[in-house]
Amino acid sequence: MEFDFAAEQPKFLMLMYGLIAFVAVVGGLLLLLDVVPTWFARRREAQLVAASASGAPVPRRRKQREGVFAFFFLLPTLLLLTIGLVVPAIRTTLLSFMDARSTNWVGLDNYGWMFAEDSIFRVLINTLIWVLLVPLVASGFGLIYAVLVDRARFESVAKSLIFLPMAISFVGAAIIWKFVYAYRGDEQDQIGLLNQIVVSLGGEPKQWLLESPLNTFLLIVIMVWIQAGFAMVVLSAAIKAIPADIIEAARLDGTTPWQMFWRITMPSIRPALIVVVVTISIATLKVFDIVRTATNGNYDTNVIATEMYNQAFRYGENGQGSALAVFLFVLVLPLVIYQIRNLRKQREG
Amino acid sequence: MAFARSRQALAIAGVLGLALGATACGTGNDKKSDKAGSAECAAYEKYSGHDGKKVTIYSSIRDVEDERLKQSWKEFEDCTGIKIDHEGSGEFEAQLPVRVDGGNAPDLAFIPQPGLLKRFADAGKLKPASADTKAMAEANYSPDWLKYSTVDGKFYGAPLGSNVKSFVWYSPKMFQEKGWQVPQTWDDLIKLSDQIAASGTKPWCAGIESGDATGWPATDWLEDLMLRTAGPEVYDQWTTHGIPFNDPKVAEALDKVGTILKNEKYVNGGFGGVKSIATTSFQEAGTPITSGKCALHRQASFYANQWPEGTKVAEDGDVFAFYFPGIDPAQKPVLGGGEFVTAFADRPEVQAVQTYLASGEYANSRAKIGDWVSANKKLDINNVPNPVDKLSVGILQDPKTVFRFDGSDLMPAAVGTGTFWKGMVAWINGKDTKTVLNDIEGSWK
Repeated sequence: MEFDFAAEQPKFLMLMYGLIAFVAVVGGLLLLLDVVPTWFARRREAQLVAASASGAPVPRRRKQREGVFAFFFLLPTLLLLTIGLVVPAIRTTLLSFMDARSTNWVGLDNYGWMFAEDSIFRVLINTLIWVLLVPLVASGFGLIYAVLVDRARFESVAKSLIFLPMAISFVGAAIIWKFVYAYRGDEQDQIGLLNQIVVSLGGEPKQWLLESPLNTFLLIVIMVWIQAGFAMVVLSAAIKAIPADIIEAARLDGTTPWQMFWRITMPSIRPALIVVVVTISIATLKVFDIVRTATNGNYDTNVIATEMYNQAFRYGENGQGSALAVFLFVLVLPLVIYQIRNLRKQREG
Repeated sequence: MAFARSRQALAIAGVLGLALGATACGTGNDKKSDKAGSAECAAYEKYSGHDGKKVTIYSSIRDVEDERLKQSWKEFEDCTGIKIDHEGSGEFEAQLPVRVDGGNAPDLAFIPQPGLLKRFADAGKLKPASADTKAMAEANYSPDWLKYSTVDGKFYGAPLGSNVKSFVWYSPKMFQEKGWQVPQTWDDLIKLSDQIAASGTKPWCAGIESGDATGWPATDWLEDLMLRTAGPEVYDQWTTHGIPFNDPKVAEALDKVGTILKNEKYVNGGFGGVKSIATTSFQEAGTPITSGKCALHRQASFYANQWPEGTKVAEDGDVFAFYFPGIDPAQKPVLGGGEFVTAFADRPEVQAVQTYLASGEYANSRAKIGDWVSANKKLDINNVPNPVDKLSVGILQDPKTVFRFDGSDLMPAAVGTGTFWKGMVAWINGKDTKTVLNDIEGSWK
């Protein structure tokens, strides 16, 4: 299709309006920030000049005004947080106690449904498998890799190889791996890497993504592939930050590499490891794109986030969708609290 | 210092002023019709009197189809002076409720799901059609169709385009070479399948992968078989939950589907075994017919657009379709779909457009442009250029035809676009009939 500027004109017009609105708002704010303090400064200057001229005592600056200023600058953030986060969270919680059309209160029915319906219970189990395996395997793999390549030759090349998948979106990664798992009939040429390997070893091609529970593990591989790079980079940096004198002292004492890892490296990088595990856990609980792209939740691979989206936006079941969202929120909450506590402890210590 | 600061402020203020000034500049254009009164406008006399008014339409029709749509009502616009502003969206089903709830409803919407239509009607958002529109619709469409846009005795709008789903695609060339006959009954169809299987080719190819809508082609199979084994009355009870989803009659129909789709001797020509149906995309599912690896593919009339480039779609061409035969040849149940022209406003010019779209003049005007089928009785079959569309119109206009709307569009969204699709995918992947039907029934509240 040819690109017709005239036909696309309304879109460009909208784009221009958007840009203009942006310039207007940001410009207005800048102007305000520029003018208001200047005005106050001038006034104070005038006051000081007047005071020194008349010999009266210098007027004291009121502390209260600074509080007002602080509030003024916090206001946009508070407002956006309230509109974008607090209100929706409360509303979602309320909706989860209401029926599909959000008109009648149904108590805990939606939460009961989650555990009573076989297919939804399966969703919860799958999410559990994900959240147990992904942080463990991804961090473990990242850690081992970071330790192995530390100070090796070609360290940066080896690290970028593992880090590269981080640059690929979840949807992109899922599409790539869908090709890896792709299936073609016996008599055809295989286009999937995995089946090609199986066939060249003399086996029969398999429908990898159709076989539960194997398929859930194959999807988890995709997530690990992406997240291991993140774990590796953070942990490698932590390893490099271990003070050299500690390592030297340990060497002089004649530690074996094994002892070195468990007695020196692990305790030193513990805070970084916790951050990595918690971050990956939260990302895993929210996983949506991989499942939706690779299997669309069919063949018993569904997880909470995809089912939540389906219920709320495709099936018009607001209550059930909201209940799943709240459940997911409750699952993430302890991880976040643990993370914050840990950070606070670190700061104090 | 003070001087520099104030100049800076001035510069910012200047930019700001410019920006606000530009925002205020709008674009305005007025178009007047001057054709009114000429000979070709005589047919539009009854819609006159709304010169200069504007009607907005929202639908899922985009790109080339959108251009054809605009072309189809151009004469109407020129003659009546009503300006029709059509907007097509790929997210129509999700966006329409958002627009309606947000107080930004279009004047007219082409809704392809009677289930969605009912939701809006129940919520009091839709305006019942005017007496003129109703009279026009009743004159041009069979009651089979009109009942899908009637909620609690109120009529909300006429159908527009349609499609026929009860088709089996085949290769006329291959049939002629091998001496196969187009079957007229279900038994003939099975006999033919056995005959083809005996010759070493898997007779059927199928595919139900369709992104986040995976499973829908298999629901069409079950719906078609429900119409044939249980009959249209039971079909109506089934789609409205008058009988449970796991009723023995549904199980019988699904098992009948299984005699083809779950038969390793019959499927999946060109792709592999039964399970490959789940991962084969519906767009490419029929292509093995062109290479002789498969002989039969059940899919709707719109599959005509999916064949590889250069494939001749005609009765004497590379591929063509025959009616998916019934068990009793005396009965001719047809499964299909279509969209309904519904109104969110009742201004006279909106009603005029709604009436016009139900008319025979419109149906013929649109059909002549091509790639379009309608159940409108005034549609002259000679105005339909494409052979498959001709076949579809012929079936839709046949008085023996008993038409039924695609069942998954009639069921609640959680079932029709959720558990029904997913259930059929699980069924293809090896789950037994009973478990699948029980699961779907459990999700229907």
